[in-house]
Amino acid sequence: MELKKSTKVLFGIAAGIVLLFIYAPLAVVLINSVNGDATLAWPVRSVTFEWWGRAFHSAGLLSAALTSFGVAIVATIVSLILGTLCALALQRYDFFGKSAINMLVILPIALPGIVTGIALNNAFTTMVGIKLSMFTLIVAHVTFTIVTVYNNVFARLGQLGQHTEEASADLGAGVWTTFRLVTFPRIKSSLFAGALLAFALSFDEIVVTTFTAGQDITTLPIWIMNNMFRPHQAPVVSVVAVIMVVISLVPLWLSQRVTSDID
Amino acid sequence: MKQRAKKPVSSFLYNHPTLHRWALLVLPVGWMALVYIVALIALLITALWSVNEYTGAVEMTWTFDNLIQAFTDSLYLTVTERTLFIAVLATVIDIILAFPIAFYMARMASPRARKLLVILVSTPLWAGYLVKAYAWRSVLSGSGVLDMILRPFGGHSPGYGLFAVILVEVYLWLPYVITPIYTAFEQVPESLLEASSDLGARSGVTIRKVLLPMIVPGVVAGSIFSFSLSLGDYIVAGIVGGKTQVLGNIIYTDVGVANNSPMAAACALIPIIIIGVYLMLVSRTGALKRL
Repeated sequence: MELKKSTKVLFGIAAGIVLLFIYAPLAVVLINSVNGDATLAWPVRSVTFEWWGRAFHSAGLLSAALTSFGVAIVATIVSLILGTLCALALQRYDFFGKSAINMLVILPIALPGIVTGIALNNAFTTMVGIKLSMFTLIVAHVTFTIVTVYNNVFARLGQLGQHTEEASADLGAGVWTTFRLVTFPRIKSSLFAGALLAFALSFDEIVVTTFTAGQDITTLPIWIMNNMFRPHQAPVVSVVAVIMVVISLVPLWLSQRVTSDID
Repeated sequence: MKQRAKKPVSSFLYNHPTLHRWALLVLPVGWMALVYIVALIALLITALWSVNEYTGAVEMTWTFDNLIQAFTDSLYLTVTERTLFIAVLATVIDIILAFPIAFYMARMASPRARKLLVILVSTPLWAGYLVKAYAWRSVLSGSGVLDMILRPFGGHSPGYGLFAVILVEVYLWLPYVITPIYTAFEQVPESLLEASSDLGARSGVTIRKVLLPMIVPGVVAGSIFSFSLSLGDYIVAGIVGGKTQVLGNIIYTDVGVANNSPMAAACALIPIIIIGVYLMLVSRTGALKRL
């Protein structure tokens, strides 16, 4: 299809404007994190690193970050096990109810977080009658992180086919040996990608968390939410926001390196 | 045979694939069914219960009052309408914004520029939902950067309110809309477009009659994200919405403040039904397979 040069330029400009729209607010937060004015007023008149210092010395912030980290790690490990099992069963076998199970795993991210949140809150407190705690929070997070591992492993297993696994069984390897020596090494990269997504999803989650965490539990997103509206804390929230954006780039960079190394 | 006898479990599983399958499925499906399906069903049932007016405790007396109120009370209707308005408008704007950049990425950019653009568009997906909403709170604040830019022209920051909510919803889900539309544009074979022009169609006609119909599933796939994600969102309304109430706020207030689980459950059915209907309508386009 032949396109006029002027058309290309026009679309290029439009693409540039959209990119500007995507990145400008993030740049504003970065600049605000060193804005000398405590109300974060613009134009910026002076630069300060006071907020960065305060962020690193805030005990509440640090413990919130640790809580989020812990929850995300546990949720990711459980998701790795459950997601892989589910992917193996659904990729290797054809049976009645397969699409229903597929739907079941996807449902928690297809429905809005508030529906998942209130459903689990209601089930925990009204139906089962247990108090909201770290346990209920992790159970809730696993429910919506299984799908990331499942999706990645399912797709990878589909590419691989199952001849090598059959060969392994023919040569006398048991189920576990086959998984350990044949299947696992070849799905490693997809497990890693799935785990990163699961971790990121859990680390960043706020809606389901609000409904399923005990009163005394403060994750990083909840800390941000609580401090955003306090005038003297707003600059520190900017610092946290910048750190979170930077941290979010690490898994992205890692996943690109790992997938290109292994495959 | 000696090998086989050594691994009784493995050979048993090999001879009984159904058992093998269920051995794999029992944990994940058990988890999802016990935690999630039970919770969803429980939510439905709770919507039919009532709250004691004096003690505030949930009572297992059956009633349709919550459902009737959620679906007919003018307060709930107004808020549902507003939430739908936000979700639809944000989705339409997202599609309009996504089109030119997706088209440019897939059909005009050089391979190197395309790779870079894909990274630039998908990176913000990782940047965290709350961080992005907070970023807009800073941009839109009364003494913020937008106000500074508009002041010389006699304007002001639009501030926090309905407009800000729509703007931020557009912003949050834009990368989710660009990606499937880009993929759809990219998958259209060049030969098809050449055939069209060989047959005498001008570029405009080729785009309208050949290219656009083929990317409809991609557009729909993108719209599912922006529509359902903004429909259930209440955090954004809390951060930049000022006094703007959306469905999520009402559900949240019913549970968190009023402790009225039955009413909250009834309200939660509203977005579930809307999204269910939407998914049913779009499933015919084959978009669900592109998620």
